[in-house]
Amino acid sequence: MSFFNKVLFLLALSISVTNSHAALTIEISEGISSALPVAVVPFSSTAAPVNISAIVNADLERCGYFKMMAEQAMPSKPNTASAVNFNEWQSASQNYLVIGQLADASNGQYNVQFQLFDVYKSGQLLGYRMTSSAADLRKTAHHISDLIFEKLTGKRGVFSGRIAYITTTNPGSKQQSQQLQIADADGFNPQTIASSIEPLMSPSWSPDGKKMAYVSFERKTAAIYVQTLATGERVRVAEFPGINGAPAWSPDGTRLALTLSKDGSPDIFILNLSTHSLTKLTRSFAIDTEPSWSPNGNSIVFTSDRGGKPQIYMVSSQGGEEKRLTFSGSYNARASFSPDGRNLVMVHGNGNDYRIAIMDMSNKSINVLTSGRSDESPSFAPNGSMILYASKKGGTGFLSAVSIDGKIQQKLVFNSGEVREPSWGP
Amino acid sequence: MKLNKTIIALAISAAFLSACSDTDEKDASLTDGSLNASSGINDASTNGLNKGYGMNGSSMNGNGDYASTLGPEFNDPNNPLSKRTIYFMLDSSEVMPDFVTVISAHSQYLIANPSQHINLEGNGDERGSREYNIALGEQRAKSVASMMKARGVSENQLNVVSYGEEKPAVLGNNEAAWEKNRRVEVAYQPR
Repeated sequence: MSFFNKVLFLLALSISVTNSHAALTIEISEGISSALPVAVVPFSSTAAPVNISAIVNADLERCGYFKMMAEQAMPSKPNTASAVNFNEWQSASQNYLVIGQLADASNGQYNVQFQLFDVYKSGQLLGYRMTSSAADLRKTAHHISDLIFEKLTGKRGVFSGRIAYITTTNPGSKQQSQQLQIADADGFNPQTIASSIEPLMSPSWSPDGKKMAYVSFERKTAAIYVQTLATGERVRVAEFPGINGAPAWSPDGTRLALTLSKDGSPDIFILNLSTHSLTKLTRSFAIDTEPSWSPNGNSIVFTSDRGGKPQIYMVSSQGGEEKRLTFSGSYNARASFSPDGRNLVMVHGNGNDYRIAIMDMSNKSINVLTSGRSDESPSFAPNGSMILYASKKGGTGFLSAVSIDGKIQQKLVFNSGEVREPSWGP
Repeated sequence: MKLNKTIIALAISAAFLSACSDTDEKDASLTDGSLNASSGINDASTNGLNKGYGMNGSSMNGNGDYASTLGPEFNDPNNPLSKRTIYFMLDSSEVMPDFVTVISAHSQYLIANPSQHINLEGNGDERGSREYNIALGEQRAKSVASMMKARGVSENQLNVVSYGEEKPAVLGNNEAAWEKNRRVEVAYQPR
């Protein structure tokens, strides 16, 4: 307990030195028209270091499913169930109401409790009390958001999740450097896990979220590293002549699919991380790259230009016949499966525009979700409801998110620097 | 620690308890599991911060300027040796006829100076996916390498590396920038 809290406290301190605020803020550009009205009443609190109800309100607002009530418009600010007058919230056209309290429990601990009510049924949907250290209060707030989201939408919340991305500082100058960072899903607590003046690329989370595979050119040639986040321990797992790229973890976490060009043209290989054995999966004379596993581990999709232009192909992870999946559009690349395996998301190019598209695996129909000119690196949220991707506008790279039906659009705005290659953690 | 992980579903108000207790219990077990998981994550990233990697590689521009120290012919705009960038068409790794003279001139120099090594650095424009552009950049560099080998340059004088779209020569989101970024740089290495 004490060690853990000290570590967290140190973390909080070092972040406050380098990043006093979030490195990124998320703006919702477009929500669903049927967004549910929800009121989150400011929690009563005794000098807490974190405003939990404000974080919950921001999480729910950002996700696009809810229309949050402004504090000034609230008819009252109850903190206990007995103080709730459902009639006045019905008159205010609110469907749901969240109230709560935060109390200092001494020893650096806080008691947090909240309740979610259905205003029209005049009944409680959720009621929890949690104990949290001061350092964990943000995490507790995101957890509350997850509980509310799941209760109201039936889908798992992803507010407690983390995202990885690559950022460039001082782009175009001699001081240019690249950082591989991990941040909370709302952009807070950005942490640099690798930094180099040479390119860093293709971050890939292990399925348990404890390790990150990525490509680094720090030794002037491409190499793939696997870094354990808890210890910082790093292993160089591939540094063959030529390309060492596009690492992708198998769903069971035992293998990496990757791209190597050591035999000539780039091909897909599978590296067993415990035995270090390497198996060649594709053998075309064209470019084969960007492997991604199906959720059951049986199949791998990849990009190949064997037909002249880059298109998506699929092969059994045991090898065998390679089958072309995409036929619409002159350019389809970097495909990955949705968590339920029913859809593929990819970069879809037509003419000069490169956009994010989703393909239904059952009928192979393609639906273009975004409208940028240079959208790339799509990554599914672990609940499969949103896709995080990289965009460019006016020479600057930023991150965006879109719901799989295209109805919800979010823009993630960073304080500074170029941001790319987002990857949503498991 | 134990306390952090422990979450107690609370029936805060007796008035609502009877209607909703089943739901609360079910959610309580979910809660406990996911908070455990996120504790592990937070622990991990904490240490990651302290033990993150900082690499000090060599300068961004590599050894690109070394060639200019090799002799006046490398700086004479009328000499093809002064041209050390070969440009490509969109999504193509085919060397255009304009650059054959340049490749031939560097080939002759390398044959005459067998201890000289070069890096052929393949690059692409920013459009499309990053790893595919790494592959495309390598094909471009290999096209130049095979032309040099066909002219008699020893394979061990040539090193191919691709940076894809990661090292643009020019920043910008238009064709003027893109055409300058679809390139192979001939980088002479210090002997």
